Parts: sequence; structure tokens; C-alpha cells
Amino acid sequence: MSENHELILEAKHITRRYPAPNGRTLTACQDVSLNFYRGQTLGIVGESGCGKSTFMRMVVSLEQPDEGEFLFHGRDITKLKGEELRQHRQKIQMVFQDPAEAFSPRMRVMDIICEPLLNFKRIRKSEKEAVARRYLEMVELPGDFALRYPHSMSGGQRQRVGIARALVLEPELIVYDEATSALDVSVQKTIIELLVKLQKEKNISYGFICHDMALVQSLSHQVAVMYLGHIMELLPGDKVADGCVHPYTKAMAEAVFDLHMDFGKPIESIESEAPSPLDVPPGCPFQSRCPKCMDICRKEKPVLKTIAQGHQAACHLYDLK
Amino acid sequence: MDRLKAFVKKNPAFTVFFLLTLGVIAVAVFAPLLATHDPYEAVLADAVQPPSTEHWFGTDRMGRDLYSRVIYGARTSLTASLALVCIIMTAGTLLGILAGWFGGILDAVIMRISDMMISFPGMVLALAVAGILGASMTNAVIAIAVVSWTKYARLARSLVLKIRERDYIAAARVTGSTTSHILWKHLLPNVLPTILITGATDIGSMIMEIAALSFLGFGAKAPTAEWGLMLNEGRAYLTAAPWLMIFPGLAIFITVVVFNLLGDSLRDVLDPRDE
Repeated sequence: MSENHELILEAKHITRRYPAPNGRTLTACQDVSLNFYRGQTLGIVGESGCGKSTFMRMVVSLEQPDEGEFLFHGRDITKLKGEELRQHRQKIQMVFQDPAEAFSPRMRVMDIICEPLLNFKRIRKSEKEAVARRYLEMVELPGDFALRYPHSMSGGQRQRVGIARALVLEPELIVYDEATSALDVSVQKTIIELLVKLQKEKNISYGFICHDMALVQSLSHQVAVMYLGHIMELLPGDKVADGCVHPYTKAMAEAVFDLHMDFGKPIESIESEAPSPLDVPPGCPFQSRCPKCMDICRKEKPVLKTIAQGHQAACHLYDLK
Repeated sequence: MDRLKAFVKKNPAFTVFFLLTLGVIAVAVFAPLLATHDPYEAVLADAVQPPSTEHWFGTDRMGRDLYSRVIYGARTSLTASLALVCIIMTAGTLLGILAGWFGGILDAVIMRISDMMISFPGMVLALAVAGILGASMTNAVIAIAVVSWTKYARLARSLVLKIRERDYIAAARVTGSTTSHILWKHLLPNVLPTILITGATDIGSMIMEIAALSFLGFGAKAPTAEWGLMLNEGRAYLTAAPWLMIFPGLAIFITVVVFNLLGDSLRDVLDPRDE
């Protein structure tokens, strides 16, 4: 479905390992390949520790993959260094999870919003307040907030400042690392509405990390489901609720709570905890918790296979068909 | 003016101690106006006189006016200790930030040197350094600086290690800040308050250390008016002329207390969250 949109960033076979005590290694991302298209949102869902944040930190070049490459308009950005990398950063921006942590406590809102522009000498210092006001209004905050400190603002207001900071450089891709999970549900909704509106206006590509299935499918054109560093399923956002095929995605989709659900039915939950990412068993990473686990799942790791247009899953259940 | 009033109302303790500190500094600055006699003029006929209306704190064994000497002593002690704190604060913080931010070999080298420094008792090492360099006020400052910068380096390094993992540093990098910009605009302002508070509370102990070195004969040389040296000079007359030790001792005590209290109250003022 995304073929008619311009490809902005292509992640190819990204693997990231961390050394762990006792000579073991923790594989945060294993052979992850995803594409970001102009004006489209790619959502990544998964439990804590599944590697989704690590992947996004590599997208914004805060970390480097051990294997694989990121092609930004066909150019490999993993090899960029120094000034070249700094210049490239203008194209990909990020909004952080905790709005209380994302700003230097001694900077005023206008300094925060204009810092990226001053870094690239796009504006003069005297223009700061005017520019900050313009972007504050873009994220639906009063322009007078320019003179405030972030610690005198609410979480939702701060997150809007974070969005304004990500917008000022007019990037092609913005990454949201659980940007709404620290907020009240009512505030979440208005922030999501703002994000969707800004995406339509500016035709930016979004990468959206979340562990809330319902939220992710509501704004994503494509959803990638991650488990222990692996992509389990990649499917169009509108198919998550009833088109998903992977047992893990199904379990996640059924675990979504909403007001209209039937509370008479028993709540299905996945048995046991996820295995430690330090010793992922051979075969399918989900085997220990999968209700439909077969012999082959314990021996052979399933690979992503196309099931329908824009829909891929890594599960042996769909090998046979 | 209104902002000043609001500030005073919000930080009464700091205001009081700040004014007291200013008072101590004023004594040093206006020493010639406050002194009643020339602190270096020896009148042997007046030697070892008890406090009187003519000589408020009495006279020492050379017949010099003790009050004037204590007043002038503030100049020596304050300039030396302020210079000392400035030197170790700047050098220590700089090295600590570099060690914490860049890590690797730089970190290892700086921290091992600092380990070597703290593996000796500070005063012993300072004595050795002062002994090698020879007795003078400058050398006493250098000697104490060599052994004291490590405290700031360690403090700055640990703060940097904590701050560098914070999201706002990552955000600064993503938004294209250069390393020097991050160090200068994000790291330093968040490290500085803690460093300044430590520095302010350290002035007191630095006054003591310098006085101690002078007392032991490795700092100020006679006839300089310096509190530690004056204590040493009065030591032999402790029972016969206790004022020779009481007044310089009191001067050290008052100055140290004032600077310590200033340092403590500075902590409340520099907390960024209630700006």
C-alpha cells in the first residue's frame, strides 16, 4: 500500500548487540528491515525491552548498528561522522518519552525551540522570540510561553514544546519514542490529533513507538510488531484489529481494553514472562509462550513472508500455505 | 529593586550570610582605614602589652599592634584562599568534565592521577610540596591546590556521568549541537551549581589549610600579617599573653563560620526548580 509514496529512509538488516556480563551478548535488534515513506506513519509496538527504542535511537544516529545500514534517500548514513553527520541530523528529529527529562532545566522555552536553528545558523539570535512564538502557536500553545521555563508547565504542554523543537528544522522524518505514554489519556488524544494534523500539513514521515496497540493502530499507516529484537509481523494499521495473523500480534490485539469490550468474557493473557533477551532460544523467539507452538518452531527461526499486499509475518504457521 | 526585595524575602538566610561575607571582605579591602596602627611598625618598648584602649587587642613580642595585624591578616588569608578556591575549582571542574564526557584514556589518566593524590593524607602531601618549593604564600597556595583539585574533578566527573545519559543531552545531539556547544551550554550550567556550593563551603577549610601551613612555617613568612603565622608567633607566650593566640584564632573562626554558612545557604538559592 505504501508503494506509491516516496521512500525516505530504508533500514536494511539492522542488528545491534550489547555486551553483557559473563561474556554474553544482548541482542536488542536482530535483522530488522523497515521502511519510512513520506507523509506516512510507521508504528512500532512491543513489550518493554523488545528493542523498539534501540531501533529508533539508531534511526536518529544516537547509536550505530553493528550490522546493516540505514539508507536515507539511498545514501548510507551509518558511516557519517563529524560535521557530515551533524548536517544530516537536520533531516531526522526526535521527540522523547519523558517531557520532564528532555529539556535542559536552565533553558527557557524559546531557547529550547530555537536551539536547533541557531545550531545551524538558520536564524539570528534577535529573531528567537518571534520564531519561538510562531512554532508555539503551531503546536497550539500560547506564544507567551516562549519566556517560561519548562518546569513551570504541565506534561502535555512540555510535550508540545518537544514537538515544536522537533519541527523547527523542518525535518523529513520525526521519531516519537513513546511520546504520549507519560501523559494523561485525555491529553494523549489531543496530542495525537495535533500530530496527525501536522503530518497532513507538512507531509512529514513519522516513526511512532508505543506499547498501546489501540493508540498505534489509530494513527499508523503501517505497524511493525517487535518481540525480543525481531520483527514478528508488519501490517497496515487498519488491519491490526482483525487482519493480524501472528499469534503474538493476536494476543496483543486481544489484550486491548476498551469501554465497549465484553467484560463477561475471560481476559486472555499471554502465559509467563518474555524470556531474557540474553538467551533467546534457537528457533522462533516466541516459542515459549505461543499457544500454537509446533516442533519446527523450536528448531528453525521463521522468516518474514508476504501474506498479502503490505502484510508480512514471521511464523511457521504460514509456511505451509 | 522589587526583584531584589522579593529575593531577600525568599532567601533571608542567604541575605544575612552574604552581608556578613561582604563585611569580612570589606575588612580586608578597607584594612588601611580600619587599622589603628601600622601593622609592621615594631616598638620594642611596647612589647607584649595586654589589650588596652591604645592597643585594642594588645601587642605582640615585637611591640606591633595586634588589632591592626589581625585586620591586615584578613587581606592575606582571604586573597590566598579565594585564589586557591578559584584555581582548584576551575582546574578540577575542567578536568572532571573532560574525564566524564570523553572517558577512555583521558578519563583513566586524569582519574589515576587523582587517585594518587588522595592516597596520601592531604596535609602531608601539601607539606612535602611546600617543602620542596620553599616557604612562601604563593607556594603554599600551589601546594594546597595540587592536592585539593581532585575533589572537584571527582565531583564534576560524577555529575557529568549522570547528566550525559539524560534525554536532554541526546536531544541536544539530535538537534545538531556541536560537542563544545553541549559541554558549554548544557553540561556546564547543570554542573556549576553543585560545584559553586562546594566551592563556597570550601573557602572556610582553605583558610584553615593555609593558616595551618603558615603555622607550620611553610606559608607566609615573618613579618607578614597572616593569622596562622601569628598563632605560631604567639604559641610561646600562650600562658603569659593568651591574647596573642585568642584574637587571630577568633578571626579564623569567625571567617570560616561565615563562609561555611554562606555555602550552605547558597544551596537553597541555586536550586533551579523554584525559579
